[in-house]
Amino acid sequence: MLICDGLELRQDDFELRADLQFVVGKVTGLIGPSGAGKSTFLSAIAGFFVPVSGRVLWDDMELTRLSPSDRPVSMLFQDNNLFPHLTVAQNVGLGLRPSLRLSSTEAGRVEDVLESVGLAGFGGRKPAALSGGQQSRAALARVLLADRPVVLLDEPFAALGPRLKDEMLDLVKTTLADQGRTVIMVTHDPNDAKRIADDVAIVADGTVSMPVATNVLFDDPPPALVAYLG
Amino acid sequence: MAQRAFTISPRWPGALSGALVLVLTLGTLAAVALRADWASGLSPADWAAIRFTVTQAFVSAFISVLCAIPVARALARRRFRGRQALITLLGAPFLLPVIVAIVGLLAVFGRGGIVNVFLGVLGFDPISIYGFHGVVLAHVFFNLPLAVRFILQGWLAIPAERFRLAASLGAPVGRLLEIPMLRAIVPSTFLVIFLICLTSFAVALTLGGGPKSTTVELAIYQALRFDFDLGRAALLACIQFGLCVVAAVFAWRVTGTDAMGAGFDRVVARWDLKRPLLDYVVISAAAPFLLVPLGMVVLRGLPGLLLMPGTVWIAALRSILVAIGSATLCCAMSVALGLWGGRAVAVIGVLPLAASGLVVGTGAFLIVYPFVSPSDVALIVTMLVNATLALPFVLRAIGPAIAAVQDDFGRLGASVGLSGWSWLRIVVLPRIRRPLGFGAGLSAALSMGDLGVITLFAGKSEETLPLAMYRLMGAYRVDAAAGAALLLLALSLLIFWICDQGGRSDVDL
Repeated sequence: MLICDGLELRQDDFELRADLQFVVGKVTGLIGPSGAGKSTFLSAIAGFFVPVSGRVLWDDMELTRLSPSDRPVSMLFQDNNLFPHLTVAQNVGLGLRPSLRLSSTEAGRVEDVLESVGLAGFGGRKPAALSGGQQSRAALARVLLADRPVVLLDEPFAALGPRLKDEMLDLVKTTLADQGRTVIMVTHDPNDAKRIADDVAIVADGTVSMPVATNVLFDDPPPALVAYLG
Repeated sequence: MAQRAFTISPRWPGALSGALVLVLTLGTLAAVALRADWASGLSPADWAAIRFTVTQAFVSAFISVLCAIPVARALARRRFRGRQALITLLGAPFLLPVIVAIVGLLAVFGRGGIVNVFLGVLGFDPISIYGFHGVVLAHVFFNLPLAVRFILQGWLAIPAERFRLAASLGAPVGRLLEIPMLRAIVPSTFLVIFLICLTSFAVALTLGGGPKSTTVELAIYQALRFDFDLGRAALLACIQFGLCVVAAVFAWRVTGTDAMGAGFDRVVARWDLKRPLLDYVVISAAAPFLLVPLGMVVLRGLPGLLLMPGTVWIAALRSILVAIGSATLCCAMSVALGLWGGRAVAVIGVLPLAASGLVVGTGAFLIVYPFVSPSDVALIVTMLVNATLALPFVLRAIGPAIAAVQDDFGRLGASVGLSGWSWLRIVVLPRIRRPLGFGAGLSAALSMGDLGVITLFAGKSEETLPLAMYRLMGAYRVDAAAGAALLLLALSLLIFWICDQGGRSDVDL
């Protein structure tokens, strides 16, 4: 279980409180108006933003003081998820070994994971030679290989067209979710949440609400969600 | 991200580099200040040196800027075959070893030079290049191109829409657009060149001298090398430092432009250009002033290559090693400081601009002298000082690139667990290849051509190529010196080119 225990984030006049748990193996959507702090909340879980108070826990392990790479957390950002000067195979290989000194077995695993996201044979190319959808797949392949139980998605597919985005969401479902990873994804489109999220948590008015099953939430939306959906 | 919660690069390499820069700038200054013979005060000769230094720098900067305005104006307004090549060439004096340029100037304006041959044919008395006007001539030769680049950038920075608007209003372009631009650019250009002329030791060493045309730096050199009067050398070094600081503070306050940048390739569409003739006259006057001396270096140097004593080749090898060492150190320090970032680095990065090679050299001399023979450490000190003096330029080239890498990819790197050496090796170095290659080339070429601190330290067996060449000139072995000049020119440009190309080979960044 990923636990935010009395977490308090502050930056200038922005404030966000989070007191909630994420169930292992579920996909949770974070929905709410822009500027509400969805990305900042993910940054705090990933270790890029220092909370004023409170703790982040993974079961019994406290993460609050750990550096990003020591946390059991992978993250896909809105952009810059691949190093443009490294090949696709190298970018994916970083998930396995940050030193990039891969054994031949490990290189084989890179090939396998590329195949599983539909990029077989693309390992030698640079990201610039890939389409937007293929770049997203390569970034996802790195997360798959990194084998960390928590995956944070900060709208990494926002720049894709609707059909490609749905394809990527389905791929997240069939790979990450089916492997039992705990996925937290930021979205501002209720359809994304309905498509793959088991639960949804609302980020609004300075708090992150407790996750609620997606169908329950959208059948009977609370006032904050009604205000957002319009 | 307001708070950087994660660290991806360790602090100590930056701190170590910063400490080295501080020791070499402020540390040597402290050594000089402690040793200075304050009691004896300044002799009339010292006052004359101060007057000469300031006057020649003022006149050199004034003439450079004055001549640069019409040249920049012409280059901004006209497109012609070879324009881009000419503008590229305007950047060359920065890489050109001073002593090489002096050989070229001597070939044109010297005793047996082209100008005097013509004057002789016409029955006039020959002119002399030595003394005040020679020093000014050499400084204008070096700094006119720099001034043109600064001012040209100002001209090209005026948005095309403004010219269009002025044309549609029928307004005078000069008063409306050009004079305000010049008012902003010219003072900073003047001060930068003034500062450069204050600290150009090699020009004064070769073309100055004698009681009437001795600069403060030259007086330091003479006090140290000939009179071995350490107290007086130190006192003069303090004076020189004071002059530089005053000029640097002024320059710092009014400077804002960066002439190293790209973007010289456009010509703004203009509607107010009726008579092209004057522009072309200006360009055809300025170009030969820069090109003929360089041509003479090649022309005179080619036969001279065979006349050079073997020691010159050994000196050349020494220079290559010093240049490689200096460039490596300079780049390593710049990368370390760039990764460290922050305000302290910004100060450390400009500190060497106010330091003069001779002041740093005098301080270093005073520090090492009690322990070892200065000539034993001549090359290593030269390397350290060259690396430090080139640091501001290299840091300026790669600092923004490193900051961009950290902004764009810092979080990604931290999340996949890249840190320290792997972050540097896998991400930073590949992504800053271009500016790093340029910076390495720049620092290597500057070190290769430097004739400053080495003159204070070197004995017979530690001479670098510029020093070997200077000694050949002093011994009136003109042909051999011309050969050495060509060799030095070729090596400087070659080492810059190799480094710069090395940074460009990875095309798909």
